[in-house]
Parts: sequence; structure tokens; C-alpha cells
Amino acid sequence: MDELYFFLEVLIGGLLSGTMYSLVALGFVLIYKASGIFNFAQGTMVLFAALTFVGVLELGAPALLAAVITLAVMVVLAFAVERLVFRHMVNQPQVILFMATIGLAYFLEGLGQTVWGTEVHVLDLGIPDRGLWLGPILVSQFDLVAAAVVAGLVGALGVFFRTTTMGRALRGVADDHQAALSIGIPLHHVWVAVWSVAGFVALVAGLVWGSKLGVQFSISLVALKAIPVMIIGGFTSIPGAIVGGLIVGASEKLAEVYLGPFVGGGLENWFPYMLAMLVLMVRPEGLFGEKIIERV
Amino acid sequence: MFYRETGQYKTTYAADRAIFPIRQDRVAFAVLLLVAFVAIPLLANEYWLRSVLTPVLVFSLAAIGLNILTGYTGQLSLGTAAFMAVGAFAAYNLEVRVPEVPFLVSFVVAGLAAAGVGILFGLPSLRIKGFYLAVATLAAQFFIEWLFTHVGWFTNYSTSGVITAPPMTLLGFSFESAESRYLLTLCIVVVMAVMAKNMVRSELGRAWMAVRDMDIAAEAIGINLMKTKLTAFAVSSFYCGVAGALWAYVYLGTVEPQAFDVLRSFEILFMVIIGGLGSILGSFLGAAFIVLLPIFIANASGVFGDALSAETIAHLEFVIFGGLIIVFLVVEPRGLARLWQIVKEKLRLWPFPY
Repeated sequence: MDELYFFLEVLIGGLLSGTMYSLVALGFVLIYKASGIFNFAQGTMVLFAALTFVGVLELGAPALLAAVITLAVMVVLAFAVERLVFRHMVNQPQVILFMATIGLAYFLEGLGQTVWGTEVHVLDLGIPDRGLWLGPILVSQFDLVAAAVVAGLVGALGVFFRTTTMGRALRGVADDHQAALSIGIPLHHVWVAVWSVAGFVALVAGLVWGSKLGVQFSISLVALKAIPVMIIGGFTSIPGAIVGGLIVGASEKLAEVYLGPFVGGGLENWFPYMLAMLVLMVRPEGLFGEKIIERV
Repeated sequence: MFYRETGQYKTTYAADRAIFPIRQDRVAFAVLLLVAFVAIPLLANEYWLRSVLTPVLVFSLAAIGLNILTGYTGQLSLGTAAFMAVGAFAAYNLEVRVPEVPFLVSFVVAGLAAAGVGILFGLPSLRIKGFYLAVATLAAQFFIEWLFTHVGWFTNYSTSGVITAPPMTLLGFSFESAESRYLLTLCIVVVMAVMAKNMVRSELGRAWMAVRDMDIAAEAIGINLMKTKLTAFAVSSFYCGVAGALWAYVYLGTVEPQAFDVLRSFEILFMVIIGGLGSILGSFLGAAFIVLLPIFIANASGVFGDALSAETIAHLEFVIFGGLIIVFLVVEPRGLARLWQIVKEKLRLWPFPY
């Protein structure tokens, strides 16, 4: 019986931490959906947002004001990225756009640390970080709160995409750039909007990850965990990002606990990628991605 | 004025197929080789040979490898450094276990081992494409790094996980000095670059390019997709493997698996993109650019370095590096090779353009 409880504990812990990967993957999916850009800088945007938030907080601003200021910074960043980079790169091959986002990642990483320094900042949002006994199973309260935040965010984004004019425009652009332009959707504004939304998601992810790990350089590496999440779920699907996160979170924890001892541990780094590769072999567009149709 | 092909007639098929059909190009290339083989070893100092020119050459080789895969065959790979690691560790293990093998043979074995691993991780390319494939190569990247870190056999149970390359001797001559190591690298790189240049002009290279432009159409005109994609993975990985062995033996002497991390893969991808996708010359230009840029930035910031702390300068280097990459991609997404082509076209009409 203890075996079963232990298994469930690992599974639930994995599922909950998986939702935090989803949070980062969500930012990737948003930008990919609206512009076809695989935004490698998403992880750095998470770091940048968290650094800015903590920096403003340490200047003495209340938390809400700091959040608003950080959001403003992310919107300015969205404008700058669209105006200075991607407007000039319309019609370039995807790999060039991808490289540009790696350049952007370097740029933001340097900028954030130049302005706000490199020391580890402690971020305390008042989320309790104690274990909680659900019957015989120990669950981290922090992970529960984080999962609730993710659920709320996904719900809000869902409503935003379904009901608002901007959300509809975003879905239109995602379906077909050219058709969207021809019915009068302003492509450039939409891109700014989607980068802003991605900036907002990065801020939330930065707050959650920052209060878990401390605000430091390593939280930008969470992006490397989010990539297989997005692949398993499919590049273009928001629910896919959630499901992918759950799968990756649960499977990597289970693999680490049950396979790790046999091979010397450290599986967490590559196991999600192998899993993603296997999923792709069966479904080349991920679990929830749009079917890829090619014609000569 | 000087760069005209007027009066240079091609009278044989061989002349028509020449790599450099214009005489001025041939002269320029001969001069370049002369400079690289004679002038540089005589004139350059130890620092330049050991820390700048040798890594540029090694990276050029890796960039040619990635260019074959990404630039010519259109298969995006983010696992280049892993294939380099396979080469480095294969050469090391062969030398350690069978010390009689000459090191040049172990370089070839390094390439072959990397090619084998490359084919294995290239198999998903038969079914998945684009960024999805890039993730499959990332799987190779993280898995291989983990394997070399966690399985002691590969590092000969070295406690620190660092491998030290045995000394290189050939027919009694020991490659110790910076000049000899530079010349060794140069010879290998020149030979392999010429081979690559000829490969991409052959039937195989044209099949690669057809697959890059549209794989379904390529299949429809009778190109065997499986064979073409897997040979691209094999050849590309072979180049990366030899580059990895050179990196371990000639450039650094000691390496740890972490030297071949995902950032190294990105670095090589940068070289290919900045140099020019689908260009052998571009691989060299891109490698030189990416190796020299941080050195240049560091020296430039040293000029007004007193006012800033070393940490700030390190971060500013990131900002400048990232910014320059973006500027470069915006201005000329087809890379340095394209700029060189434009210069040559302008030069043909200079000084009297129509």
C-alpha cells in the first residue's frame, strides 16, 4: 500500500510541477500561433520580467505597482521587438527568425543583468511553501497554488481568444497571414499585442518560478524544459501546452524515481526530449497540433 | 578593371566544371593558400595561432558539417555539439584502449563514429520536419551530454570527467608547437573543405538541395528521400566528429562533456547563418566572425574599461553580441557569403558600371 501512495505522491508532484512548465510553454505557443516564430527568447523574457519586478520591488514600490510597471516594460519591449526586428524580417525563412530570437535572448539576458545585477534575489509573494497532507499523500502547497494560477491564466486567455475583438484577430492571423491582412486585420498591431500577451505570461511565469527558485539566471533555462512540453502538445495548441506539461512533469519525475537509480540519475535533462521524439514518431504534429498538409 | 573574365574561353568539359572558372579567382585562391600555409606560420605569434586561428579552423569544419545538413539539405539541427562530442570521445577512447593506432586514423574513426550516431538521430527526419526535427536533435544533444557525463567508461573512469588527449606523434614527429598544430588543422580542414565543395556540386549535393527546396517534389522526381536525408546526416556528422576530435586533440588538449553543450550548438548554427546558408565559403567567414567578434568586443571594451566593472563588461558583451546578431540578420539574412558575391558582381563592372 505504501508503494502505491509513494507512486501517487510522485505522480501528483510531477503533474503539479508540470503545470509550471506549461506556463512557460504557453508563451511559446502564443507567439508561434500568431506569427510562426519559434521564440527562443521566451525563457529570457521570463528572467527579464522577474528581474525587473524584483528590481522595482527593491526600489520600494508596492507589489501591485511593481507588477504594473513590469507589464509596461514588457509592452514596450513588445513594441521594440516588432518595430526594430520582426517588421524587417517578414517573409524570411523560419530558421532566420529563430536565430533572431536567439540574438534577442542574448541581448535581454545581458541587458537584464547589466541593469539589475546578477545576485540571486529572493522573491516572497506570500505563497505558503509547506507540505499538505491529502489523506496519506504529501503535496506541496506551493505547487497547488502555482497550478491554480496556471488554470486561471489559461481560462482567462481562453476567454480572451474566444470573445474579444483582439482575440478574434489573433486567431485570424494564426490561421492565415494573407487572408487576415486582406480582411483588414492590422498585422503589425496584432504582433505587438501577441508579444505583449506573451510578455504578460512571462511575467506570471517569472513570478511563480522566481518565488520557487529565487530570481536568478537559471530560471531562463526553464525554457529548455518548456520546449518538449510544447512539442508533445503541438506547436499551435494552448490546451496542448497544458496536457504536454502534465505529461512531461509526471513522466520525468517517475523516470527519475524509478529509472534514475539504475543509470546514475540526471535523467530529467534529456528524458522529456526523448519522450517528445517518440511522440513525434507517432504523431508528427504533436498531440493537439494542426495537421500538417503539404502539396507540391 | 582587373576582375574580368573577358577572353577566358572554356574549351573543355573539365574547364566548364572547374570550381573557380575565372582565372583571377584561381590566382586569388592560390595566394590565399600560400598566405595560410607559409606566411601565417612565419609571421603570426603564438597567441594568434593557438587561440584564434586554430579554433577558427576547427569551427569552420564543424560549420561546414552543419551547413551540409541545414544549409544544403534543409534539416535544422541543434545537436551539432553533441556530434562533435561523439568525435572527441571516440578518438580518445580508441587512443586510450589501442595506443598503437596513429592519431590520424583515430580522427577518421571519430568521424565514422559520429556519422553512425548521426544516422541514428537522423532517422526521425524521415517522418518529422522543421522545428519538430530540431527538437529531435536537441534530444541527441542532451542525451549524449548526459551519457558522457554519467557513464564512466567513456571518460576512462576519470574522476573529474575530463579527458586529456594523448600526445600526437606522426612518424616520430611530435605535434607540440603552435605552428605544427595550426598546420595540421589547416591541412585537414582544406582537404575536407575541398571534398565538401565537390560533394555539393555532385549528384549527391544536388539531391540534397532538391530535398531542401521541397522534399515531396524531390521524391516525385525520383530522389530516394531516405537515402538522401540519411547520407546528409552521416556526412554532416562525420565533419562534426572530426571537428570535435580536432577540438579535443589539437586546440584544447583536455575537454569535458560540458564543453559540448547546447550553447556550443547554437554558436555553430550562428556561424552557418551569419556566414550564409548553403555556402562552403560562408562556413569559414561565419566561423571567423563568431570567434573574432567576442575578442574584438573584449578589446574594444578594454579601452574604456576602467569606468566599468568586469561583470558589467561581461554583460554588455552579451548585449552587443545579441544586438549585432539581430542587426546582421535584418541587414543581410543571406549572410557574409552573399555580401562577398555582391562585391564580386560590383567588381566586374568597376569602375564603369552601366
